[in-house]
Amino acid sequence: MSERIYVFKVFERLWHWSQAALIIFLLLTGFEVHGSYHLFGFERAVDLHTIVAWTLVGLWVFAIFWHFTTGEWKQYVPTLKKVDAMIRYYALGIFTNAPHPFRVTTLKKHNPLQRLAYLGVMLFIGPLIWITGGFYLFYDKWVEWGWDRYLALDWVALLHTAAAFLMLSFLIVHVYLITAGHTPTAHMRAMLTGWEEVD
Amino acid sequence: MKAQRLIKLAALFVSVVVLGTGNAAQSSTADHSTFQELQGPFGSGPEVTQACLKCHTEAARQVMKTPHWTWEYKNPETGQTLGKRHVLNNFCISVESNEPFCTTCHAGYGFKDNSFDFTRQENVDCLVCHDTTGKYRKQPGMAGLPPVQPLEWPPGSGKMARPVNLAEVAQNVGKTSRDTCGACHFFGGGGDGVKHGDMDSSLAAPETDTDVHMDATGHDFTCATCHMTKGHAVPGSRYAPTARDDGGAMLRGKESDRNPGTCQACHDNDPHKVARLNRHADKLACQTCHIPKMARGGVATKLSWDWSTAGKRGPDGKPLITKDAKGHVIYDARKGDFVLGENVMPEYRWFNGTVNYTLLEDKIDNSKVVPINSFEGGPDDGKSLIWPVKVMRGKQPYDPVNKTLVKPHTAGSDDTSYWENFGWEKAAAAGMASAGAEFSGKVEFVETEMSWPITHMVAPKGQAVGCAECHSADSRLAAVPGIYMPGHSARSWLDKAGWGLALLCLVGVIGHGGVRVATSRKGARK
Repeated sequence: MSERIYVFKVFERLWHWSQAALIIFLLLTGFEVHGSYHLFGFERAVDLHTIVAWTLVGLWVFAIFWHFTTGEWKQYVPTLKKVDAMIRYYALGIFTNAPHPFRVTTLKKHNPLQRLAYLGVMLFIGPLIWITGGFYLFYDKWVEWGWDRYLALDWVALLHTAAAFLMLSFLIVHVYLITAGHTPTAHMRAMLTGWEEVD
Repeated sequence: MKAQRLIKLAALFVSVVVLGTGNAAQSSTADHSTFQELQGPFGSGPEVTQACLKCHTEAARQVMKTPHWTWEYKNPETGQTLGKRHVLNNFCISVESNEPFCTTCHAGYGFKDNSFDFTRQENVDCLVCHDTTGKYRKQPGMAGLPPVQPLEWPPGSGKMARPVNLAEVAQNVGKTSRDTCGACHFFGGGGDGVKHGDMDSSLAAPETDTDVHMDATGHDFTCATCHMTKGHAVPGSRYAPTARDDGGAMLRGKESDRNPGTCQACHDNDPHKVARLNRHADKLACQTCHIPKMARGGVATKLSWDWSTAGKRGPDGKPLITKDAKGHVIYDARKGDFVLGENVMPEYRWFNGTVNYTLLEDKIDNSKVVPINSFEGGPDDGKSLIWPVKVMRGKQPYDPVNKTLVKPHTAGSDDTSYWENFGWEKAAAAGMASAGAEFSGKVEFVETEMSWPITHMVAPKGQAVGCAECHSADSRLAAVPGIYMPGHSARSWLDKAGWGLALLCLVGVIGHGGVRVATSRKGARK
């Protein structure tokens, strides 16, 4: 018999999906600004990228506030416990119908690999994008604020783009791993409805 | 388009004829036609000038200090002595020994050779700049003198030069106009639009799209609206241009030594509503975006002139002339091969306002393209901006022994001029002797390049160069060093690494998923 637990609250799901949409749109417009393809046209892509970036900043302000007021930030405290089990599961067990080594609870929503990955996104890729993106957004003010003495646009752009490639790579793997719950649709259902079935 | 133009011209004609010559005439406090001194008849240009100077006592002295008279400019930055009397170009090459023709555009009378006396006030030509009748003209070959009686010119040609009624012109003097300035500046290089690329006869009564400031039915600026002149000293010189003006808008009436002709002198340094565009102006001259193309008024400009092919004769034995489908001369036996163009995209260069010339005394390296002039500047000197330039290319004669450019004697009906005799050695010898320069007697041809800053023909703002014309793979500014342009300048290793990583992830998850699907089927069969 399986039981159902309520893992993701309304705000979390709203945050997750709007963030997903915004990040995908930022990748889409960002790589156009980067010169990888033509879609909206350079000028429009820059405008959209800027607007969506500020929207995501706003969303993050809410999300950070929410995580600290609810204590949910603890979900991302890294642990190495059972990491080896998770790696073994993704590398071998998943092919042999071995049981998923991690059991979701409301106190531990993410398996140890997820914790590490999301923490990496939030502490490395995120800040890299936001710091370089912030410099980029305020490029107009560099001279006025004296930043032009310390910053070069090509380096800011380089790091921003590198972070975008990392985010894209994360996204690809993340989307695939939706199917790697204890059933192929378990993760997706949980993030849509909030409820996860556990054995 | 054509109909629109006709209507505009008609409107202009009506406004000029019905309303008089406009504000200039109305705002003047003097009707020169009532002046006793100007009743004439005048036998020559200098007689008119003497009459002018009776009232305008300082006028000639003022003019005589300016390059319009001296044809000489000492560049304080480089120490070079420039000006039309000294420089070479890759159009008609040089004034030396060709004065009677070239000095048709001298603001004076009688500059027929290099013995011209630059101190005689009566030889200043007031009328060429102050005519309002449109009837004043100087005859090429006559050293800047207007014909005053019917005259066969050139002698023996059977062609009659129309005389100028000097009294009529003198009685109708006024402020300078696009027509008076344009009489020379539109026709530099020997024909309409030839030299500059941003100045030609279409600016006499331009449409909005050709020049948003001079637009004949709009703002209707004259040249002097920007080139605001004091004491006959016209500001704005291409020998010493203002490449960068950080001074903001000039306050009307405030005394200043600044060049009043810069964009910033009126528009300030932050004219855009979008801050991002204003910051573009930290690196780009206004002209770079706001003059999207040169020669937009329907007059072609010369882009290349190859003197080395001159001298061919047609089947009839006469000097050959070839025209293209539009009627532009693309080969002239006297001059060689031409390439012309309309709506031409400029090239772009860092420029700090200092121009170095290759002068007659400078040794050249004939293994390379010789820069007739070169613009100083770069991304890091704090003085430069990226400017649009017309680059005039060509081949012209040089002395292969002394390794110098040469000033050939081209124009004239004597026995050494190239255009009469088609002999380079004689023509070069005559020109170089006149210049007092050494000449080996040998002539070969060398590739040359000359840059002309583009600053006129500012388009309406809606036609400014769009973002993607620079922020793209085939950027207009691809050849300009020292700038990072999103959309253009990305490093290829980053792209390779980034897309490689993403691809690796994709292949990885597809592989992983594939194995999962395969193993689960096996499991199901069991």
